Amino acid sequence: MFQYCADPETLEGFKWLSCYLTTGKHMNFYWSFLTVLALLAITAPTALAFGFFGATAARSPVPPLRWLGKAYTSIVRGVPDIAFFLFFVIALDQGFEWMRHQVICPDWSEPIRQGNDFLVCPEAKLPLSTSPQWIHEVYGFFLAVLTFAIVFGAFAANVLFGAMRAVPRGQIETAEAYGMSHRQAFWRVLVPQMWMYALPGLGNLWMILIKATPLLFLLGVEDIVYWARELGGTVNARFTAYPHGDWRMWYFLALLVFYLGFTRVSEIAIERLNRRLLKGQAIAGGGS
Amino acid sequence: MKKLILSTAALALSAGFALADTVRMGTEGAYAPWNFINDAGEVDGFERELGDELCKRAELECTWVTNEWDSIIPNLVSGNYDTIIAGMSITAERDEVIDFTQAYTPPDPSAYVALSADVDPAGGIVAAQAATIQAGFIAAQGWTLVEFATPEETVAAVRSGEADAVLADKSFLDTVVGSDGLVMLERMEQIGGGVGMGVRESDGELKATFDAAIQSMKDDGTLNALITKWEVASTF
Repeated sequence: MFQYCADPETLEGFKWLSCYLTTGKHMNFYWSFLTVLALLAITAPTALAFGFFGATAARSPVPPLRWLGKAYTSIVRGVPDIAFFLFFVIALDQGFEWMRHQVICPDWSEPIRQGNDFLVCPEAKLPLSTSPQWIHEVYGFFLAVLTFAIVFGAFAANVLFGAMRAVPRGQIETAEAYGMSHRQAFWRVLVPQMWMYALPGLGNLWMILIKATPLLFLLGVEDIVYWARELGGTVNARFTAYPHGDWRMWYFLALLVFYLGFTRVSEIAIERLNRRLLKGQAIAGGGS
Repeated sequence: MKKLILSTAALALSAGFALADTVRMGTEGAYAPWNFINDAGEVDGFERELGDELCKRAELECTWVTNEWDSIIPNLVSGNYDTIIAGMSITAERDEVIDFTQAYTPPDPSAYVALSADVDPAGGIVAAQAATIQAGFIAAQGWTLVEFATPEETVAAVRSGEADAVLADKSFLDTVVGSDGLVMLERMEQIGGGVGMGVRESDGELKATFDAAIQSMKDDGTLNALITKWEVASTF
């Protein structure tokens, strides 16, 4: 990166460190922080949307819809995360490819399952094997977002379901007495008020989501924990210009600081949001 | 209309050919000198150089992908990449699930590394990477085995005293002996049947292509030169 980095062996102290910390490998490490932040930024609203649909479905007066909502929350919440991430993603990926295969290559005569192999026609592969590596990475990232959203959406659905029930029944009755339809009462009275009850639970989920991001590596996305382990490991002078011993402790210490800092900032933000939502509410702690 | 159908058919065919020419090479990227991530953040090592040469000879376009060792076979069979080129020894057990090309390194003994030369692996705790021939060997002997997901962690376990010795490919352990008081034991284990490239069982054509390319490298001596350069194994 810097001019003087051409011959790292001659460098010492700060100069060596500045070269070491700007190698291409370290750039990948820094990039992975952005990956994790982007994942959180996209997953949180998506999971919330999944949760909202799950919760509204679970309290729907239409039985099949209600069963669907209930089944989604109870099944997904009951499966261990790691099993879900190992099994579900491969199944999801193969499901997409299978659907594309049916549409794109209807004349394909060979079986898709051959022993252990899963073979769709080359045009149906997702992404195509000719695509550049970044498309594969974006696709992996998309699968990760979807999987995280489904898992955390189920928990969010449960939180929102509880929050909707916590809104005092009198509020809805009043709305209906004013002549609002069921739908109007739901959107104008119930939804704006439920957030106050939902926020502690959702805040909790957000914290868990932050800590769950190392599961990304199971999905083939190289996250910060992967790079910390990779960079911290002992490297022999034969394979690098910057040989060093087992430095994993320092890298993991940096991750610790990152995660603690991030959760602390989140806590403050959630607290502020909570105070805002409580404003003007006719319950203890509100009204100020 | 007929022309249109014909040209789409031609397009589909040519697309089919173009697709067949890109091969995704799956590796671990954590097993120097076989494969590792270099300072620039790219896959490097014996297998990178070998794979690129094989692809050149077979006139294939290759891209490199890293994958965790644990799930390297499942991701091959589900089609996320087309080959495994990751220092994988050819064993009967793996051969049931995937196919191997001919070996590109001869069968070499596995070695032990410990903190002192008089450690007896049979009476102690031995570390090995999970799902390797070494882990299988220790388990079969009935010794105490501790498994780790990455090669780095197996060596770290010896340094910290969690394990008495680590069993791995000699070429990998050569890169760690001498640091932190680690020494190689005299005892070696003759396990494994050489290292080959893994391909899907249904991919006979790709296997034949790489077999031919490996054979041509064996014949003109470039493979031996590459093995010597990276110090990964004995030569043919």
